[in-house]
Amino acid sequence: MTAPPGPTPADPGGARSEDVTATAAPRSLLDLFLTFSWLALQGFGGVLAVTQRELVDRKRWLTRAEFVELYSLAQMLPGANVVNLSLILGDRHFGWPGALAAVSGMLLAPTIIVLALAASYNQLAQFPAVAGALRGMGAVAAGLMIAMALKLVITLRGNVMGPFLCALFAIVTGILVAVLRLPLVWVVPSIGLLGWSVARICISRADRRVERT
Amino acid sequence: MIAEFAIGDLPEFFLRFLTLSLLSIGGAMATAPEMHRYLVAERGWLGDSEFTTAIALAQAAPGPNVIFVPVLGFQVAGLPGAAAALIGILLPSTLLSLAVSRWGAKRRDTPGVRAFTAGFAPMTVSLMFCAGWVLSLPYISTPDHRVGGISLILLTVVIMSATRLGPIWLIAAGGAAGALGWV
Repeated sequence: MTAPPGPTPADPGGARSEDVTATAAPRSLLDLFLTFSWLALQGFGGVLAVTQRELVDRKRWLTRAEFVELYSLAQMLPGANVVNLSLILGDRHFGWPGALAAVSGMLLAPTIIVLALAASYNQLAQFPAVAGALRGMGAVAAGLMIAMALKLVITLRGNVMGPFLCALFAIVTGILVAVLRLPLVWVVPSIGLLGWSVARICISRADRRVERT
Repeated sequence: MIAEFAIGDLPEFFLRFLTLSLLSIGGAMATAPEMHRYLVAERGWLGDSEFTTAIALAQAAPGPNVIFVPVLGFQVAGLPGAAAALIGILLPSTLLSLAVSRWGAKRRDTPGVRAFTAGFAPMTVSLMFCAGWVLSLPYISTPDHRVGGISLILLTVVIMSATRLGPIWLIAAGGAAGALGWV
């Protein structure tokens, strides 16, 4: 949040002025906690869309641009994306107590509900219909994961490394993790560092090309 | 295959989740293959179907996906296991995220930060596919549920890609199909 709020040079007319600065802010730690609890409890099968609607459209704590920026950062960092997003938002308003209030709001009620489900599952599982229902939901969960991955492939299109290198990195990762079942503790740092180095070279090249033209 | 969890295993269990936390780039679900490797293949504390059940329960309940982690902990070691898994998966990534967001807010456009985003992206997407693969395994490996399971997985992929339907409807439909014995 280094840039002061207000129209930027790229947007001199302030045409999207409603997008430049958020018009509201959480009033208190309790407000943060309750807001995140409420949106988490609505988030069946994914909290991100609900988070966007509550924080941007309804509460106006974030503009659309700020939301995209926060999510990019949250996605890049380890940890659950929406948890990181709530963490960073809470931190920006109230420091670490805000971060704590937002994250516990996001997690407390859902964790209690899911553990209650898990505890009663052991009794419920004796009924074949319940076991069947869970098996069906598990298959859908697998499908959702694959569908999400398929959708994310499109975001690689603008990647500075180009389609060939992106595919190479993705395929090598897939072979190491899904086929050879190597531990992530080795795969993520080594492939990540390699990816970072290659991307760094590609960025310098792209920047030089821009300078020449 | 199923091994007994001793209370003395708890510190090591907690430590493993602390490590996994820092590796969970792209979300906690990206570490599902690694949790599977640790809990099912390496230690034998859980079976394949229990692992998939934990993820299905987390999908059925409201809230972020990461709540499948305390369910896994609960299945392995009850409430202490749930607490150890949840705190373990949250603490390091949370502290790191706070530090990086404060630090990175100042230097968002530097080549080093841009290279991180671009360089990690293909690996992150690939890890999502791997997680989908691990979740599909119980259906592929058991002949009784193979046809129904794979059909439902493919149907979900097609509907999610072709429509704007909310996932909750598919989860409900999957549950109904399973309860009727189709999966």
